[in-house]
Amino acid sequence: MNETNPVAKDSTPAIDYPALDRLVEDRFNNDKENLIMILQAIQAQYNYLPRPALSYLSEKIEIPLSRIYGVATFYSTFSLEPRGKNIISICLGTACHVRGAGKVLDRIEDTLHVENGETTDDGQFTLESVRCIGCCSLGPVVKINEDVYGRIGSEDLTQILDHYGESKIEQGG
Amino acid sequence: MKIQQISDMDEIGRKQRETLYTPERVTINTGMASCGIAAGAGKTFARAVAEFGEDEHIQIRKTGCLGFCELEPLVEIYKKDGPRIVYKNATEDKIADIINGYMEGQFDKKMALGQMRDPRSLLEEDFPNPLEGLDPVPDIPILEEIPFYGQQIKIALRNCGYIDPEKIEEYMARGGYKAFLSALEADQPEGIITAIKDSGLRGRGGGGFPTGVKWESCAAHEGERFIICNADEGDPGAYMDRSILEGDPHAIIEGMLIAGLAVGSNKGFIYVRNEYPLAVKRLVVAIKQATDYGLLGQHVAGSDFSFEMKISTGAGAFVCGESTALMASLEGEVGRPRAKYIHTVEKGFRQSPSNLNNVETYANVPAILLKGSQWFSQLGTDHSKGTKVFSLVGKIKNTGLVEVPMGTSLRSIIYDIGGGIPKKKAFKAVQTGGPSGGCIPDEFLDLGVDYNELGKVGSIMGSGGMIVMDQDTCMVDVARYFLDFLKEESCGQCNPCREGIKRMLEVLNRICEGDGREGDIELLQELGGMVRNFSLCGLGTSAPNPVLTTIRYFRDEYEAHIRDKKCPAGVCKPLFHYEIDGDACTGCTLCARKCPQEAITGEKKNPHELDQEKCIKCGICYEVCKFNAILIV
Repeated sequence: MNETNPVAKDSTPAIDYPALDRLVEDRFNNDKENLIMILQAIQAQYNYLPRPALSYLSEKIEIPLSRIYGVATFYSTFSLEPRGKNIISICLGTACHVRGAGKVLDRIEDTLHVENGETTDDGQFTLESVRCIGCCSLGPVVKINEDVYGRIGSEDLTQILDHYGESKIEQGG
Repeated sequence: MKIQQISDMDEIGRKQRETLYTPERVTINTGMASCGIAAGAGKTFARAVAEFGEDEHIQIRKTGCLGFCELEPLVEIYKKDGPRIVYKNATEDKIADIINGYMEGQFDKKMALGQMRDPRSLLEEDFPNPLEGLDPVPDIPILEEIPFYGQQIKIALRNCGYIDPEKIEEYMARGGYKAFLSALEADQPEGIITAIKDSGLRGRGGGGFPTGVKWESCAAHEGERFIICNADEGDPGAYMDRSILEGDPHAIIEGMLIAGLAVGSNKGFIYVRNEYPLAVKRLVVAIKQATDYGLLGQHVAGSDFSFEMKISTGAGAFVCGESTALMASLEGEVGRPRAKYIHTVEKGFRQSPSNLNNVETYANVPAILLKGSQWFSQLGTDHSKGTKVFSLVGKIKNTGLVEVPMGTSLRSIIYDIGGGIPKKKAFKAVQTGGPSGGCIPDEFLDLGVDYNELGKVGSIMGSGGMIVMDQDTCMVDVARYFLDFLKEESCGQCNPCREGIKRMLEVLNRICEGDGREGDIELLQELGGMVRNFSLCGLGTSAPNPVLTTIRYFRDEYEAHIRDKKCPAGVCKPLFHYEIDGDACTGCTLCARKCPQEAITGEKKNPHELDQEKCIKCGICYEVCKFNAILIV
């Protein structure tokens, strides 16, 4: 199906509009006040906020697209670009900072050849920084998807990353 | 079952007390807050279930965090007529031995953090101590007496680590919902407000505004009133709210119900950070359970009072901790603060009277009503009553959450409870109040921590983050760190904050890069004064604090950066390099083996050499050297 679909070329995912309808109506009551949580739910499904979904949402809950864009760009959780299969969130909270999170960040950037905020060329990893995930006693902390790793030394990292890279490659092929 | 009166709840509580305190089965409580899970508690739990899950003599449970995060995973084991022992570092490889040892009466002393002598919360003093008459196990310290717990009085944290947060009955067993149901039966909203005012409780989220006064003003304004809980704990380094949300969610629900009763509101919102998924999950469970028991919803406990509660998640914006920004965000808008010439108690969420308090504040409320305002106001100092939870983190031996009476000295918190600085390093400063706070040097260590005293030295209480810094922390870099944080988090609508912070950061960046100029310190002070005086909201007005306090107390470090082009702490890379002290180096080869650049060479048992061309200043050699032979020059 993808071969015949010109949209697939720029990798915009096919939006499941009936599911989006159900999400907005059943879970969020068609209520504009829930915009942030609706966007979170969309991002949870597509890994980012695809533009067609936002345009549709704008009509559906009657909020101008410009305002949705405003909200989506104001809050750091949201991404308008597709993200990697694995999200690496490095905590740059104060406790992690004084325990050397900056060095850990340098090390991840070197290992994956990406800057903070970027996605690797193979689409495996997106590197993001977060401000405190509340595991300060274990700093420096890195969260990969939903798994939290504490007391990270610069040596441990490669092993941890390998695990994710490999497991994903296996799944993919 | 729907609860109609206090006796219904007492009945549930009484039944639950038996299974909670004197279970026939050996009971294993695994501390499963986010911090514990990150330390491996999930694996410990899974292993325990795999090995003992089928054993009818054993039950394995999930609880919240006991606070001693440094030694997590923490596992507590007990049974009827047996000791309650808390084990430290109970990772998956050790859990089977720990459990088997307990079953055989061979309590592993090395693994034991301590034995609990009284598990009751301070709301259960009418009940006998379930461990009364039981002899302590020899050679295992009493948990309540070890330095970390000795000075603590747990009010806000009273249930964290003691109950399964997903079981409302256990909350009831420890005196939960009693304060609310008593207040509901008494039907005297003014009485509640008076009690909270008399207690002297002040906002625990940072502002320190008297809670009772806020409730009173909200109640005085007409319109549909809202009760909002600020669970957008954004201060990096502070996580007490997360611990309460994850470990004792009903305490917040009960506090909000009481606030709803007091100000006349039927609708509550909890605004939680998106970064706290477990907290959200536990709140969802807690709200459902409270609703099932008829404690939330229409006609609460058969009365005329109705209260609905909704959870709203934030999306990663620090500024949304500010009350007006939070309310804008609740409305689905961009979280920009507004000027507060009209207070939110008059016009807040949906332009209606709104009462906003923080998690810890609400958690204190039921205890105050049950034990009385006088009891609460006897704790603490003249201006700051009760206790405060601090998250003791950074360069400190015993990281964790500690709840101590207001007025406890920094020295007590850092050295007695926290165990001092690890690796024999020297204390340099403690940072309180997050990005809005300041860095306090050792000359003020005897300061009793309360709202006023911290203000006098240029810092603030904030939400209770306490980040300890040692000799290896560069204070200029710390100031730069906070400004970098605030530059990202400034909402951008007012010039002084948006532009001022950016300009200050530029100056700090050049100082850290080695391009600092004479007059930069004065420039920072001038810009800081401007940002402080003219910004719209609290984020901007407090933003210069970390810079101004570090200049005030650590001016010499700034001068070393600017004049000598040196970073004495060895943090700012362009301003130092490592050298090997030939006299101290024993030639153990550890640094050479760890160096990722292969920049260190040398024969075994002979002093090594460092190739400056290859060195990337990653600091690994400095960290691993056991002989202090790596020098920062």
